[in-house]
Amino acid sequence: MFLQQLMNGLTLGSVYALIALGYSMVYGILELINFAHGEIYMLGAYFGIIFLGFLTAAGLTAYSLPLSLILTLILSILFCSAYGFTIEKIAYKPLRNAPRLSPLISAIGVSIFLQNYVMLTQGATDKVFPNLFGTAGFRFLSVRMTYLQLCIILVSIILMIGLRLFVRKTRIGKAMRAVAQDKTMASLVGINIDTIISVTFIIGSGLAAVAGVMVAMYYGLVNYFIGYVAGIKAFTAAVLGGIGSIRGALFGGLLLGLVESLGGSYISGEYKDAYAFILLIIILLVKPGGLFGKTDLEKV
Amino acid sequence: MKNDPALLNSNRSGIHSTAKLFLVACWLSLLFLPFKGLKNAVIFFLILSTVLFFMKFLSGYKGFFLTTIKGATDRIRQLVSASRSSIVLLRSLLLLSLVMLPFLAGDYFVDVAILSCIYIILALGLNVVVGFAGLLNLGFVAFYAIGAYAYALLNTKFGLGFWSALPFSLLLTTISGFLLAVPALRLRGDYLAIVTLGFGEIVRLVLNNWDSITRGPNGISGIDPPFILSISLGKISSYYYLVLFFVTLTFLITKRVYSSKIGRAWIAIREDEIAASVMGINTTLYKLYAFAFGAFWAGLAGASFAAKMQFVSPESFTFMESVLILCMVILGGLGSIPGVIVGAFLLILLPEVLREVQLYRMLALGMGLVVLMIFRPQGLFGGKGASLRN
Repeated sequence: MFLQQLMNGLTLGSVYALIALGYSMVYGILELINFAHGEIYMLGAYFGIIFLGFLTAAGLTAYSLPLSLILTLILSILFCSAYGFTIEKIAYKPLRNAPRLSPLISAIGVSIFLQNYVMLTQGATDKVFPNLFGTAGFRFLSVRMTYLQLCIILVSIILMIGLRLFVRKTRIGKAMRAVAQDKTMASLVGINIDTIISVTFIIGSGLAAVAGVMVAMYYGLVNYFIGYVAGIKAFTAAVLGGIGSIRGALFGGLLLGLVESLGGSYISGEYKDAYAFILLIIILLVKPGGLFGKTDLEKV
Repeated sequence: MKNDPALLNSNRSGIHSTAKLFLVACWLSLLFLPFKGLKNAVIFFLILSTVLFFMKFLSGYKGFFLTTIKGATDRIRQLVSASRSSIVLLRSLLLLSLVMLPFLAGDYFVDVAILSCIYIILALGLNVVVGFAGLLNLGFVAFYAIGAYAYALLNTKFGLGFWSALPFSLLLTTISGFLLAVPALRLRGDYLAIVTLGFGEIVRLVLNNWDSITRGPNGISGIDPPFILSISLGKISSYYYLVLFFVTLTFLITKRVYSSKIGRAWIAIREDEIAASVMGINTTLYKLYAFAFGAFWAGLAGASFAAKMQFVSPESFTFMESVLILCMVILGGLGSIPGVIVGAFLLILLPEVLREVQLYRMLALGMGLVVLMIFRPQGLFGGKGASLRN
């Protein structure tokens, strides 16, 4: 029972971690809580259903399931990245020099807009993701694990390692770190700040799209309001691990997933959603920098 | 007109910007494509490009419109300020129509007016926290919920009437305002916003799950309306006068506090916290006051809401409600009391008037927030100085 819950928690946690990365990266660079990020994840889940349905209708799924799934994933990533890019250009870029709370309110506006946009175009009822894998799985140390769960954990970890390598090794990654450290200085050494910010949004949204598609597969049901709760939880995960740090997002996400699934089964399932908030409040009060982050002083 | 730089600009880069608009419309339609299919995306593209080109066309005449509007408002202002008696006349006309409303309008309209009044109290309360002290509170609805549930429970479980339950209910919300503020005020800016949001969600989850007391999602029904001298105020028109009284009370008191020493301290904190603390203002204490004072009004609104509906359920106290109240404050103008009243009134009245577009209300609200932040962050009536800061 305990190990089983641990496994479920890890699956959930790796999804939170993927979404948390988007928050973390954007916050690292813009110091903005991208409230609409959860909605990107929700869009990803919807795109998963829409594109898979389209490919199935086109006959590709019957021909080759893996190919069709990969195509679905790629299309979802592309569209979510496009949404992330557009949102930044429309709602955040004009406010870059505005007082700090203006972009946050703008982000809340985007979030509300996207929720209702999806509700109006896709309907308010649950959408079903076709059950492609059944409950096929294996047993390991008395823990039952489906292949899908394993797949979610593996994909998340691979993506995170890939992101870490990208940020550490590539030119753009280095530029991103430079912008996160000091925007003015970075622009003085010839880094195009706008491009870097766009890249950040594109990567973050792509990761959220992967999380969305995988969750849609895992739970099988998607609704237009899943983004809000998942967004808040992922934000909690990002803060928990120390916002702005990739490693922090990973551990924060896993920790939150474990707390939720263990708390949900041992304390009370009804308050499952409240654990994230309580954890968030405690962390912000006790160690505002998060587990891996550093607290910096406010400069006058 | 001749020297209008916007017009010159649009002429010079006419072709370039037209192509750009076309691309923008194409791009947004592409984003729309997966949701509704090709046919709708094409329709969307046509509508969007027409709207964009129209807006572009209008923006060429921006200067002309601005001067016209400014001229018109100046003329009105001149007319009004020409004689003090006209201000008095206008005010008394407004007051008279407010007092006479139940005799002039039907029950439906009075009902909407009551709802507006409750939201005006809420918005004025939130305005104290966000507009005066500059602390973004995204969980304001929690206090509204606590006020409503406090009255509902005191009334249904202990049989207390409205007037004897109200002090307890207000005390409880004020204390909960303090309780949230004590830990939350160590945080700044957006972290504070997220913690207050978490607080709002926790309160809602507790109301939703604590079945033995709050009866969960079913809510509490059979709440008594208030009585005055054993006359029930259950009737819509008589209840209207009660909330009108409450609104007047809220208006007068927040106005007085705003111009008092405490209000000045709040504004100083909003404008620059560090400077304020250097000037000897105990920032933590005054922020505490702001939270508790704002919560107090939310409690009043909550109790009025419970007494009016005679039913409460967690559904009425979601995060969206917090956002709606915040929108009222921002739309009207942060820190401007008349602005906030107009904002609350508009956001309640508009969807009622435009019944057909009610489905699109939240869509428009979201878009409106973004547009407002970009073009007029100080809100419709916000004066200079009232701004969002850390």
